[in-house]
Amino acid sequence: MIRRALLGLLLALTLTGPAWAVNPDERLADPVLEARARTLGKSLRCLVCQNQSIDDSNADLAHDLRVLVRERLSAGDSDAQVLAFLQARYGDYVLLKPPVDPATWVLWFGPAAVLAIGVGVLVVRRRPVPAAPAPLTPEERARLDLLMAGGDE
Amino acid sequence: MPPENKTPLGRRLLFLLPVVAFVALASTFALGLGHDPTVLKSAMIDKPAPAFDLGPVMANKPGLSRADLGGKPMLVNFFASWCAPCRVEHGTLNGIAASGIPLVGIAYKDKLENAQHFLGDLGDPYQKVGLDLDGRTAIDFGVYGVPETYIVDKEGRIRFRYAGSLTDDVLKTEILPRLAALEHP
Repeated sequence: MIRRALLGLLLALTLTGPAWAVNPDERLADPVLEARARTLGKSLRCLVCQNQSIDDSNADLAHDLRVLVRERLSAGDSDAQVLAFLQARYGDYVLLKPPVDPATWVLWFGPAAVLAIGVGVLVVRRRPVPAAPAPLTPEERARLDLLMAGGDE
Repeated sequence: MPPENKTPLGRRLLFLLPVVAFVALASTFALGLGHDPTVLKSAMIDKPAPAFDLGPVMANKPGLSRADLGGKPMLVNFFASWCAPCRVEHGTLNGIAASGIPLVGIAYKDKLENAQHFLGDLGDPYQKVGLDLDGRTAIDFGVYGVPETYIVDKEGRIRFRYAGSLTDDVLKTEILPRLAALEHP
């Protein structure tokens, strides 16, 4: 009986999904808005824990930001407006995906640039293909034939 | 002529490239060692302080609103009774009040009676104190943890943010020179 119960418990544990920090009381009744809030929440950084999104974090500030995102969505803000609202207060850092601007060009295009430099160096440093050897002169051919014939002279 | 001198100057400089790259990388890392990634740059610098109107904490003192900022450079300090580093910095805040620097306080997500006890026990250095019960004013300031201290200039713009416990040392090196520069530009 106990073994069965334990087995059942173990099975139940395998069925659990990722433990989002979004609490039931934060969720919006409207599934469309809630889905947008989840998408936004995954792309916003929790500023206290810094490498978690506000959806993943249990920090108090993350909770407040989740509620704030839902309030703004309910008030009719677009996704971009919600992001701009938080960006104005917390800077680009609040976005987990940094925007493309001169300060982040190195980040976005650096790897491609390094690859291009590598390819460039390869192309420039490529050794010239050696020219095909000149055909044998009749004398050389005659001498070669003689040697190939196995003559010891 | 010895063979190594046949290498053209450009080629020989090329051999220096790895050394230069190494030095550049090593100095970047050396600079990074002194960098604290948990200290964030405020996005609110040089922006006007946000609008807010907070109810009072202390019975004998009015609350705090946006209209109270500006006129002269002042410090805005976010604190909470539940925040240990806030206790640590409170001595420095009392010192600031004693030296006559304008200082106002915002109690961040605090219970009224707890904030009252906190200031009653440790001293109340603030000219005015507001209670930010839901933390929205703090979010509008870009606060990401208490304590944080902002310098607001006489036009009401945020000029500097210090995140973390103020110490007399921080006051001397980070706060006072900036306040002086704002007083006498």
